[in-house]
Amino acid sequence: MRDEKIISVIDLIIFYGDDLILDNISFEVIEGEILVILGTSGCGKSTLLRQMVGLSHPWAGKIIIDGNEITSRDEEAFNRTIRKIGILFQSGALIGSMTLAENVALPIIEFTDIPVQSVENLVKMKLSMVGLTGYENHLPSEISGGMKKRAGLARAMALNPKILFLDEPTAGLDPVIAAEIDELILGINRSIGTTMVIVTHELDSIFKVAQRVIMLDSITKGILDEGDPRDLKMNSSEPFVRQFFNRQAGSAKK
Amino acid sequence: MTGINNTQTCRYKISETDNNGIIVYFIGELSIDTSASILSELIILFKKDIPSSLIIDLGNVTYFDDFGAFVLIELKKTVNKGKGVFSIVNSGDKTKDVLSLVDFDSYGSDLPVFKKRRKNIFVGIGEATINEANNIKFMVSFLGSLTLSMIHVLFHPKSLRVDDTITLMQKNGVDALPIVALISFLLGLIMAFMSSIQLQQFGANIYVASLVALAMVSELGPIMTAIVVAGRTGSSYAAEIGTMQVSEEIDALFSMGFNPTLFLGVPRTFALMIVLPLLTIFSDIFAILGGLVVGVFILGLTPNSYIMQTIETLSLLEITWGFLKSLIFAFIVACVGCFRGFQARGGASAVGNAATSAVVSGIFLIILFDSIIAVIRSYW
Repeated sequence: MRDEKIISVIDLIIFYGDDLILDNISFEVIEGEILVILGTSGCGKSTLLRQMVGLSHPWAGKIIIDGNEITSRDEEAFNRTIRKIGILFQSGALIGSMTLAENVALPIIEFTDIPVQSVENLVKMKLSMVGLTGYENHLPSEISGGMKKRAGLARAMALNPKILFLDEPTAGLDPVIAAEIDELILGINRSIGTTMVIVTHELDSIFKVAQRVIMLDSITKGILDEGDPRDLKMNSSEPFVRQFFNRQAGSAKK
Repeated sequence: MTGINNTQTCRYKISETDNNGIIVYFIGELSIDTSASILSELIILFKKDIPSSLIIDLGNVTYFDDFGAFVLIELKKTVNKGKGVFSIVNSGDKTKDVLSLVDFDSYGSDLPVFKKRRKNIFVGIGEATINEANNIKFMVSFLGSLTLSMIHVLFHPKSLRVDDTITLMQKNGVDALPIVALISFLLGLIMAFMSSIQLQQFGANIYVASLVALAMVSELGPIMTAIVVAGRTGSSYAAEIGTMQVSEEIDALFSMGFNPTLFLGVPRTFALMIVLPLLTIFSDIFAILGGLVVGVFILGLTPNSYIMQTIETLSLLEITWGFLKSLIFAFIVACVGCFRGFQARGGASAVGNAATSAVVSGIFLIILFDSIIAVIRSYW
């Protein structure tokens, strides 16, 4: 199973309105790995993520997930693929009129045959995995931003998707909770083998969870560098990449 | 008791031990795809007679995820409830990882099942009363704040956000003209037509003009226009301010030192108080035109005599009265719309509720105040 490509991004060109966001980028995600997409603010990380889960269509290029080309506008291929992925949106994106338990139960009831009386306990287990025991009956508007994110994570992994896309899973969380989320990500990856594509800025998280990083460049609109973050920190040929990982103020960006 | 079950890729084998214990051997994939059927079968099986001990053998499990762990949790709970002993044998490293991921050991028989709290009826009544009291308090304070801000603006005209006010006048006045004109025209048409059936019997065709003019200018014009505007503008005020409230924009304004009522409420109220009376006048004119069409083409009146009769019927008092009424309705619609918006708490559904209740209570208050004004006038 190892070393098999699960996502291929081929010659992708993305426009946002009239602005060129990403120009001709190609990369691959290997099954079972944790890939982190990095870059300065506004370089198109979240836009790239939206393209990869099929929420918007690229201007040119292809994205193939698990053998299905999701950019082909073939609805059947898309529906097959969408069941294999889970997405955590930046602000959780919980349904506001439903409690946390109902939010997590939504896909479980719809897409599995778990007996109704057991769904409640399963949801409780899923929520306790992200440390939200006792908040089952709260509405999203009654909990903090960090909790929303964790509940969103519980919902994203409710169906044990093959691939999890996480948009800034630890941003805005306190260090203890952030570390717990990192542990959870690693735990899921290790024990269930879920492939993770993570967009984040948090250096601690990157060094802890990332097996490989891809760094986007907002000047050339391409991929600046890729590889193991610990390696890039020391040996990247790009000064900006070294600055990023060493958290230094930059003059290298021209 | 030995059974073999074929699901997609998972099977289990049950065998009994000496002392009423049971061993379950799972073979294959115990995951999201297979857990549902296994769970329902095994739970039914063990609920009938709970074994004194249950041993789960995971030696032949090829894939195991947290849904599999959940099956084990449910079995453990069932067995523990009957004071039985639960144990897992032959679990591999990956399986152990999953079990620790879901914190398997913390689950026992005493797992508190969450249920929606049932409210005691007295608690319910009390809560509703407190909510209503808070509602009224909020309403009074908002009304006060809006009035004070408007007086403040009258003395300090520079504090009015003029650009906003003009945009709002355009959006809620000019853009509403076509629909108001159409509705009023048709209303005038209908009124003239229906009244002509009665008046024709007496040969009093010309009084159709008086009826349409009087009914429209003093009653229906202000009310119809206000109701249309309550539906159009009241809901949009509530939805817009409600969304701002929910997304903390109002809090941001407040913390920057702006008075939200002055910033959002006053321009909206002023804009509507300027355009609604104007819309009402247009509404009157279009209704009279509608009546004119019926008068000329069905009743055989000349346009000239129809217009003369209309002018003769209307006094300045009627026109001023209608104008004043629409001014009051404008204040009501704007005030209720903004109030419901500011009141919204929570998420998307709160915004929807705000828009709905802005329209409902707006229309109710319009009719209520119209009745009050009618009573006052009859004792004038």
